[in-house]
Amino acid sequence: MSRTQGARVLLLVTVLLALGSQVAFAAEEAKPDSSTFFVVSVLTGGFAMAIASGAAAIGQSRAIVSALEAIGRQPAAAPRIQVAMIIGLALIESLAIYVLLVALIIFFANPFIKYVVPGA
Amino acid sequence: MEHHPTLIQIPNFLGALGVPGAWVPEHVAMAWVVMAILVGVSYLATRRLDAVPGPMQNFMEVVVEMFVDLLTQMIGPKGKRYLPLIGTAGLFILVGNLLGTVPGFKPPTANLNTTAALAITVFLSYNYFGIREQGIAAYLRHFCGPILWLAPIMFPIEFIGHLARPISLSIRLFGNIFGEESVIAILLSLIWLGIPYVIYLGIMMPLSLFTSFVQSFIFVMLSMVYIAGAVQSEHEEHH
Repeated sequence: MSRTQGARVLLLVTVLLALGSQVAFAAEEAKPDSSTFFVVSVLTGGFAMAIASGAAAIGQSRAIVSALEAIGRQPAAAPRIQVAMIIGLALIESLAIYVLLVALIIFFANPFIKYVVPGA
Repeated sequence: MEHHPTLIQIPNFLGALGVPGAWVPEHVAMAWVVMAILVGVSYLATRRLDAVPGPMQNFMEVVVEMFVDLLTQMIGPKGKRYLPLIGTAGLFILVGNLLGTVPGFKPPTANLNTTAALAITVFLSYNYFGIREQGIAAYLRHFCGPILWLAPIMFPIEFIGHLARPISLSIRLFGNIFGEESVIAILLSLIWLGIPYVIYLGIMMPLSLFTSFVQSFIFVMLSMVYIAGAVQSEHEEHH
């Protein structure tokens, strides 16, 4: 995809998101407050996890690529490179795990739910 | 999701002292199961120590040698004295993670309390080792960075960085094992012509075994890196 095509796709997606969110907000204004809370919290949790997984995948792919190139250049050092790669991957993964923790808290142990649902 | 009790449940024997609940908490009971397994295997392996070892003793010797190799590689020749802490933490985490694959048991490391206990132990230990090796003045000198007059800036940054270590250790282990276990629980709660079971046996079970080993390895490696950073003095070679 060329640059102008990519820019056009991005513009289209942004416009669609803006329009779509207008519809969602308009619908939510007619509903009581608590369903807005639940909709927004579920959306936030889902998107947060998706973005974190994507970013972690990109970071890990860069680590693996450089580890593989290093092994290809010097196969004798393969065990040490492997160990360093595994450690690096786990450190990057832990950043996505932090986001998973936040998403789990939002879904299952939300501290603000008692303000929205009386008696929760 | 319903709550399925584990196979081994210990009644609350401290109820008279005011500790609430009818049962010992699940993660504590499972941690005791892990301890029982480790003590049992160690006892069986060291019952009659021979110069020519039997199979059990041989296996345990291989495991101990692996830890000693890692320690000497990371910390240097003085690394062997940290073998009790590192070996115990590593084996506890490994067996604890693997306990989740046995039906009827939950991994104790799937609870933030267990992992936080391990991480806080490692945190306090490496600081203690650093102070014991170098004396408290030289150890605090580490926190001040290379240039002395930058110390007021460096010290809070280093302090917060050090505080981030037990947090990241505990949350990494907890998140991985709890997430794995949650995915498996949700997967197996789907009833769909047995396809979830195929996915479980084919994908999730190998993945969970792999994650168990990798996470315990990571915990052990990071603990050794922290101990190495605390114990090695300035004029020695930095790894």
